[in-house]
Amino acid sequence: MTTLGTRPLDSFVDNDQKPVGYGRMLRKEDPRFVRGLGHYCDDIQLPGMLHMAILRSPYAHARIVSIDASAALAHPKVKAVVTGADLAEKGLAWMPTLSNDVQAVLATDKVRFQGQEVAIAVAEDRYAARDALDLIDVEYEPLDPVVDARRALEPGAPVIRDDLEGKADNHCFDWETGDEAATQAVFDAAEVVVSQDIVYPRVHPAPMETCGCVADYERVSGKLTLWTTSQAPHAHRTLYALVAGLPEHKIRVVSPDIGGGFGNKVPIYPGYVCAIVASLVLNKPVKWMEDRSENLISTGFARDYLMRGEIAATRDGKILAVRTHVLADHGAFNGTAAPVKYPAGFFGVFTGSYDLEAAYCKMTAVYTNKAPGGVAYACSFRITEAVYLVERIVDCLADELGMDPAELRLRNLIRPDQFPYTTKTGWVYDSGEYERALRLAMDMVGYDELRKEQAERRARGEMMGIGISFFTEAVGAGPRKDMDILGLGMADGCELTVHPTGKAVVRLSVQTQGQGHETTFAQIVAEELGIPPGDIEVVHGDTDQTPFGLGTYGSRSTPVSGAAAAMVARKVRDKARIIASGMLEVSVADLEWEKGAFGVKGDPGKSVTIQDIALRSYGAGDLPEGLEGGLQAEVCYNPENLTYPFGAYVCVVDVDRGTGQVKVRRFVAVDDCGTRINEMIIEGQVHGGLTDGVGMALMEMIAFDEEGNCLSASLMDYLIPTALEVPDWQTGHTVTPSPHHPIGAKGIGESATVGSPPAIVNAVVDALSPMGVRHADMPLTPARVWDAMQGHPTPPV
Amino acid sequence: MHVSMTVNGEPVAREIEDRLLLVHFLRDHLGLTGTHWGCDTSNCGTCVVWLDGEPVKSCTVLAAMADGHEVRTVEGLERDGELDPVQQGFMQCHGLQCGFCTPGMMMTARALLDRNPAPSEEEIREAISGQICRCTGYATIVRSVQWAAAYEASQAVGSSA
Repeated sequence: MTTLGTRPLDSFVDNDQKPVGYGRMLRKEDPRFVRGLGHYCDDIQLPGMLHMAILRSPYAHARIVSIDASAALAHPKVKAVVTGADLAEKGLAWMPTLSNDVQAVLATDKVRFQGQEVAIAVAEDRYAARDALDLIDVEYEPLDPVVDARRALEPGAPVIRDDLEGKADNHCFDWETGDEAATQAVFDAAEVVVSQDIVYPRVHPAPMETCGCVADYERVSGKLTLWTTSQAPHAHRTLYALVAGLPEHKIRVVSPDIGGGFGNKVPIYPGYVCAIVASLVLNKPVKWMEDRSENLISTGFARDYLMRGEIAATRDGKILAVRTHVLADHGAFNGTAAPVKYPAGFFGVFTGSYDLEAAYCKMTAVYTNKAPGGVAYACSFRITEAVYLVERIVDCLADELGMDPAELRLRNLIRPDQFPYTTKTGWVYDSGEYERALRLAMDMVGYDELRKEQAERRARGEMMGIGISFFTEAVGAGPRKDMDILGLGMADGCELTVHPTGKAVVRLSVQTQGQGHETTFAQIVAEELGIPPGDIEVVHGDTDQTPFGLGTYGSRSTPVSGAAAAMVARKVRDKARIIASGMLEVSVADLEWEKGAFGVKGDPGKSVTIQDIALRSYGAGDLPEGLEGGLQAEVCYNPENLTYPFGAYVCVVDVDRGTGQVKVRRFVAVDDCGTRINEMIIEGQVHGGLTDGVGMALMEMIAFDEEGNCLSASLMDYLIPTALEVPDWQTGHTVTPSPHHPIGAKGIGESATVGSPPAIVNAVVDALSPMGVRHADMPLTPARVWDAMQGHPTPPV
Repeated sequence: MHVSMTVNGEPVAREIEDRLLLVHFLRDHLGLTGTHWGCDTSNCGTCVVWLDGEPVKSCTVLAAMADGHEVRTVEGLERDGELDPVQQGFMQCHGLQCGFCTPGMMMTARALLDRNPAPSEEEIREAISGQICRCTGYATIVRSVQWAAAYEASQAVGSSA
């Protein structure tokens, strides 16, 4: 456990003194960042570069009558204006989404959400491009919008997607998982059934750097280079080839330093396509960077699930079954970024961490006049929604039974001897020691003492709450047999070259947005090969420099690409062993590996280092028969299963009786992500996710008025936690390695975002429970808490 | 219009549009891209620089308002090849992840320590409360500033001994 004030100066870390491999190591990327020498998309300046701005719809739903760009085109600095009609002539007005829907690049017929792209202007500088937007005259015929998902399927509701042939309603898809009949039978026979309507409001990842790109098409070579804020540069390259018809070997996608992603930078946005078109048409590099308002109103939102949760149990607290019906608001286009066979992402893990007899989910997804998106904000493909549902409904059950929520969980957690555990919705949890993690969290927070303190405070009229959540994540998509995005399998490549002097370069298909890949992947290779991490260069984010793979999101880098890095290093080590046997003139079987060198068994004086071997592999003289020179290898890793990290969180809140203001006093997070590569980076990932949790639970919501105007279009209206809203985090961990991952590691990037909102909401509801409150919806702003205190909690709209 | 100012100790002069924001002047005209832009509304603080020694949000300052004044940016934190203790602290305590908010955070932290060499946790949180970090959860930023304060205190003891 680390807390503020326990960080003496002697925690000074000198990387040269660190052991090779895993452990706390300072980040290799930081020396450039702290000097202001990061290289982000908007830092790129190319000779002759033009700037693009996007005209967006002021209406949520309207027919476009006419567009007059003549005044804009007359502006002396304006080089081009492009409308949907122009794109339609090239067959580019619509593009596929990651969910096999289509999305307008620039609107041709109608606008379907406020902020939708209508036209672009390209000018000599960014200010002139903005000026040009004011000179484009668009005539709209406003239509009735569909804002509330609950009303989207009502007869007579305006049809949003009349672009789809034969579409006469706003139905997007239906999806179900689990056994409906078996679940019904358990519910029919159960002693206790609890039901609760639960809303997970629409929120937004809002990374500090907005989305953007620089498109540079070279007419002579026919090569397009796109520097872009992409979490998945290889997938983007392939999709541009498919959409724009450009040959794939003539497209280079570069993700430079990325100022945070959180899923916001997975999709291809219309702005990227427009910048490419502009560069193609004008033969100049074209830059496009969103402003904050554009980012919040038009790019990938998250959540927006209206859920009814039901739980069945025995009177003495054995949970038997969970059932849920979900209404999913997908906005105007289904832009969900998830494996195609999983339209609801991995929501199927709503069975949580409990040993159940049955489970069933029925989901209906609808179109509304809101921005598209749906899988973002560190959600692990909808596991945030799933964990929130089950952890909230378990607390409702505890309330119904009059049982302590920790005790109820301890009675029902999957036991260690049940792993690998197949859930009632078909997921195979790889490993877990759940009770150990929950008991550690309770010990760290002093659970029993806190309950006593709470009783004393309640007797004094104070409102203190203690909330628990226990979560199981499913990360590392995924096995090729089950998972693909638009037909692209979710495997990841890795290439490793050891140079003659023993220094190495490892090339990744995944792309860091702050997760520290340049450090941790060097550590993985260092652990396997014994080459110091400082001698290992990590190359990523450039499709011309790296092997194919699906990118960084859904906490998949360590589970998939981290495995690839370990496997490629082992492949290099296998070759090094053969070379060493030649150098030492012994058989391969007589060699033993000690990190960084092969020695001869029983002869401690004879050994060769990996650096010696590297030099020999390129050097003069014979190599063992059949061996090619050089020391390099490549792999494409196809994960056998997802990895299933888990954790136990306890939150303590104080609620102001006079204002409804919630203060998070303490937060203890115990995480288990299997083998730990870099403690410092893991802790950072957890801290960031916990802060997201405070944001979602207490502050953040993308709200709309009844006309579909987005009310959260700036950071004055979309509230993100600052240093004052969050406590000092207390973190702990257990280690339960993944049995199928080469180094036993599991993903950690989203655990805290997934696990913390229910802990916080459970704590607030616990504080309000003496007033008869069993549930209140996020975000628990003072106004919403106040309403709950008065006995009329209101769901968010 | 014509502006001239001192940026990181160097005199600069340019012809600019009247409406040019300081953040764009620094980034697009001087090539000092360490200062970032994040929100338009003075909420996020990725654009914090010093104007005559005071932290300001350069997305809401016109370049014209800096005419005749002294500006310091993240590129000016390092002195004679030595990182500022604040920069070292951020590296030592994992005070950054994506690095986007970091320059603004460090400029505010440096200004805080110049006025208050031994700030409490609460004072540090208050000082950076006009800025947003989406990655770190702030605790490691607080530790980074504390590390810098402790380092500077140890150096002061060392020099007086």
